[in-house]
Amino acid sequence: MSAVTPSTRVPAAGSRADAGAAAGVAVATRDIHLAFGSNRVLRGVDLDVEAATTACVIGPSGSGKSTLLRVVNRLLEPDQGDVLLDGRSVLADNPDALRQRVGMVFQHFNLFPHKTVRQNVTLGLVHLKGLSKDEAADLAHRHLDRVGLAHKADVRPGSLSGGQQQRVAIARALAMEPEVMLFDEATSALDPELVKGVLATMADLAAEGMTMLVVTHEMGFARSVAQQVLFMDGGRVVESGEPDAVFEAPRTERLQRFLSQVL
Amino acid sequence: MDVLNTLRETFLDWDAMRAALPDLLRVGLVNTLILALSSAVIGTVLGMLLAVAGLSSRRWLRWPARVYTDIFRGLPAAVTILLIGVGLAPVGLKIWGPNPYPLGILALSLIASAYIGEIFRSGIQSIDRGQLEAARALGFSRTSGMRLVVIPQGVRRVLPALVNQFIALVKESSLVYFLGLLASQRDLFRIGQDAAANSGNQSALLLAGLFYLVITVPLTHVVNAVDRRLREGRRADGAHGDDEPDDSLPATVSVPQEV
Repeated sequence: MSAVTPSTRVPAAGSRADAGAAAGVAVATRDIHLAFGSNRVLRGVDLDVEAATTACVIGPSGSGKSTLLRVVNRLLEPDQGDVLLDGRSVLADNPDALRQRVGMVFQHFNLFPHKTVRQNVTLGLVHLKGLSKDEAADLAHRHLDRVGLAHKADVRPGSLSGGQQQRVAIARALAMEPEVMLFDEATSALDPELVKGVLATMADLAAEGMTMLVVTHEMGFARSVAQQVLFMDGGRVVESGEPDAVFEAPRTERLQRFLSQVL
Repeated sequence: MDVLNTLRETFLDWDAMRAALPDLLRVGLVNTLILALSSAVIGTVLGMLLAVAGLSSRRWLRWPARVYTDIFRGLPAAVTILLIGVGLAPVGLKIWGPNPYPLGILALSLIASAYIGEIFRSGIQSIDRGQLEAARALGFSRTSGMRLVVIPQGVRRVLPALVNQFIALVKESSLVYFLGLLASQRDLFRIGQDAAANSGNQSALLLAGLFYLVITVPLTHVVNAVDRRLREGRRADGAHGDDEPDDSLPATVSVPQEV
């Protein structure tokens, strides 16, 4: 495969500065356990993502990847273990306040269909950050511009392509100025020709210094953008390391088998 | 021809209609509209509270909502109206004097709220869970997420059913005649019926029926129009979708999709 340098050219350099260049903080989890009834989905997950780096989580479905993301922003509360942002435990914080610091992008976009693209972005700015309508609209414009969709601000998400919707979802999350971004299979629901644009947006963000935790099936993206790849299976991180090591020299039999199936 | 004549005399006695018309317009129509509108408003507010309580994660909220709904949806409207209108009359007497009208509105509202609550509940429940999750991921509390994101979509989805319920309410409002309202409080049905009894034929009642149709038929068309708009809107949403060329990429890097 060809090596990829994420974003040497930033779209409209000015707009990036205006929208606030990403300033990610370190994320870590310590011995996270979580069970749904008798189903032990997470069985002691440790991870460390350094500030301004990207970690990709790969693994078979049902391995607990998406659940892990939801523990990091506390959409799910772990039964045991700790979540650290910038070195500090966040489990005692107000979870709503924590989620403002941690942006999340979903497989199925989850844009609000009854609101326009702009309103999708401004909703949190107005109601959570207390911005005036004008300030929020301004900020929304910059973030939509950054993902190349400022001209779609007045339409409803339903009239956009999947790729465009996902980029709006990214803009919506970024407008809250998060310190960490979580991506939950952000391209899995997209038609193949639309995947590239979303991955490019994500790669840009990584290059700008956002801390990103990315659950993905896009091995090419993991290889070229991530500093770290974690392979999860059965609710544990089975193997992790730099992308080259993980992909070229998998140590465990489970990872070897997984890679042989997906590559 | 005898039969036709009899029918004409029974239903199309213009004089009887003309005699009943002023009262039907000035008293009956006004009262029917007041009864239907006020119980629609109260019923909608109560219905929303019931829906939210019914969907609550707290058992002590969910349970009473369930029981309330079962009771007021399960009883015949006439029974509820009599039980409330007559049974609560002593209480009403202390509040607003010997006037069954407010109790009639109350009874209609309670009945309507049970149905409207179920309509709202089904609408809210039909909204994808990802919507609340996305709202919460932005930093909204569960309550704010429901209020700003989920409920507005749920309500929109059940607007046709809601208007249907309003139509039912317009018709059901005629049942308050059980409560023996004052002359000035009588609704379309009661005035039509009284006039019919006085004139010895059904023409005035037929005219009252026409007034009901004047209210309900436009409402049915509103339902259809709302329904069509929602459907077409949704289909249009689906139709574009992923087929639209993704021409607006920032396209700064090319990321290979395979290793």
